[in-house]
Amino acid sequence: MLAFTLRRAIQAIGVMIAVGIISFAMFRFAGDPVNQLVAIDASAAERASIRQSLGLDDPFIVQFGRYLFDAAQFKFGVSYQFRQPVSDLLKERMPATLELAICATILSLFFGILMGVFSALRRDSVMAKLFQMVSLIGISLPTFLIGILLIYLFSVTLGWLPSFGRGDTVRLGWWTSGLFTVSGWKALIMPSITLGLFQMTLIMRLVRAEMLEVLRTDYIRFARARGLTTRAIHFGHALRNTLIPVITVVGLQFGSVIAFSIITEQVFQWPGMGLLFVQAVQNVDIPIMAAYLIMVSLIFVTINLVVDILYTVVDPRLRATISRAA
Amino acid sequence: MTAPVLSVRNLQVEFATRRGLLRAIDGVSFDIAKGEVLGVVGESGAGKSVTGLAVIGLIDPPGRISGGEIHISGLRIDNLPPEEMRKVRGKRIGMIFQDPLTSLNPLYRVGDQIIETIRTHTNLTEQQARKRAIDLLAEVGISAPEKRIDGYPHEFSGGMRQRVVIALALCAEPELIIADEPTTALDVSVQAQIISLIKRLGRDHGTAVMLVTHDMGVIAETCDRVAVMYAGRVAEIGPVQEVIKNPLHPYAKGLMGAIPTLAGEEKRLVQIPGSMPRLSAIPQGCSFNPRCSVAFDRCRIDRPEPLRQGTQAVACHLYDHATETAA
Repeated sequence: MLAFTLRRAIQAIGVMIAVGIISFAMFRFAGDPVNQLVAIDASAAERASIRQSLGLDDPFIVQFGRYLFDAAQFKFGVSYQFRQPVSDLLKERMPATLELAICATILSLFFGILMGVFSALRRDSVMAKLFQMVSLIGISLPTFLIGILLIYLFSVTLGWLPSFGRGDTVRLGWWTSGLFTVSGWKALIMPSITLGLFQMTLIMRLVRAEMLEVLRTDYIRFARARGLTTRAIHFGHALRNTLIPVITVVGLQFGSVIAFSIITEQVFQWPGMGLLFVQAVQNVDIPIMAAYLIMVSLIFVTINLVVDILYTVVDPRLRATISRAA
Repeated sequence: MTAPVLSVRNLQVEFATRRGLLRAIDGVSFDIAKGEVLGVVGESGAGKSVTGLAVIGLIDPPGRISGGEIHISGLRIDNLPPEEMRKVRGKRIGMIFQDPLTSLNPLYRVGDQIIETIRTHTNLTEQQARKRAIDLLAEVGISAPEKRIDGYPHEFSGGMRQRVVIALALCAEPELIIADEPTTALDVSVQAQIISLIKRLGRDHGTAVMLVTHDMGVIAETCDRVAVMYAGRVAEIGPVQEVIKNPLHPYAKGLMGAIPTLAGEEKRLVQIPGSMPRLSAIPQGCSFNPRCSVAFDRCRIDRPEPLRQGTQAVACHLYDHATETAA
């Protein structure tokens, strides 16, 4: 088990180095950063001195080595547009994005599994058919449209919820949290729904299909023949078998939730990493773009690692295979 | 004589399909006494398994029991509300399915599945249930049960898993065990062990056993009585030795003639021409008449009812004395 975890961790480091190469390549191929920094009428000497102070004169391999070494310590250089260290900017923005993504995921998991189980068990009920319809809407409507519709309904028409921003935040060390104020919670509701709706419908459909599949298996029929209660059969035996694919999808989707949050953050002007990234793209702020790439990859890789380990917790058969392979 | 453990009277099971109502079981009646093993044989689709499922109340829609009665030790169970029927399942009727590889939930320890079943039907505490689970595993022939109880199903071989399945069926000391092709998915060498285990357990606990199989060898070895099913009806029922040595129904005769023997002289096995009719196209009269070599006019019009012939009962006009005298 330990060997398995270790091997996966080494693979993860390999992936991160590859991502490092790509993000470093952005500096070299996306134009001369010095042009972004200096005034148009700057002299050649001025340009040269900036070039030297940024280490852009050094050989490629030295620059790359330095870049990786710094990136491993979360030092991503200085933003061209803000003239601040990128790591400070990310640190400031990351809590907002993570809180939003986690909240959206919890929301989508909770309602997705609930609705999925319900529509599998009461397949022919009106509610189940309604859920199916809602899920179709959730899958087919683009995120920004849902966001705008929500804003129109709850902010503009009803005036219940704020249409932009995070509300009041509380500072816990370097982490700013909106979870401890009423306005923070209010501000979180609509972005979470917008961001989580697609995942929710995905989870719901997956749970429903898996559950129907599992309910047809022999061990469920045998569980019924043993006279177990319906509750034990559905929620003890069937649901746990259903959750294995759900873990995969939710794990992989959490990465896309963070990636998708670019759109949601833009719609709600949510001060997270996604909004920072969009601004960076507009201003060709390569250090931020490169850092964002690395951070998102790191989150993806970490989640994959966690998912692999979670599998073995849920499914004993995998535990056996792994210890045999190790 | 005391009341039989299982008494099935005129059972009918129907499936509502797009092409209309299909009658999978049509007027099946039989009894099983305490400690008795009844074999149910027939071709695939003859209604053997459906009969077993109907008794334990696991016919799922679109199927339903549309007629007849099922009694277990005098209690009528075919019309019980679902929650009452659930309490009968596992407690008074245990069931063993065909494929032990898929009968156990792969994510739970074997012991937890047994303990869960015991605690569903009794008031035992966790510790007491665990002790009983170990005893049960020992009884079905699993060595070092106190260790194996914490194993997962994938750590057991097919034969061992079928033993676990049998232990699960025995959890609450049921009066009746329905074994639906319990050896079909197993190696031949393991089959004999499982069969003798079922037989021994039935004898030791006085449990009635309904053994559904298409393996006449298993029937001959294990059963006290045998029911031959054809197209959803019982063609012949009687003591196993009688039915094997002296089958009365033309279909049963054909079936016995198709059993290969190792000792016998080299002769061709008898085949029954044709195949069993589909449920949607059961012929009028005796459902076997198109394949029967001795069928006569009445067979194509009248449906034969079971008639007592000594210790056997047979549904065939050949044995109806009214026919004999008329002929």
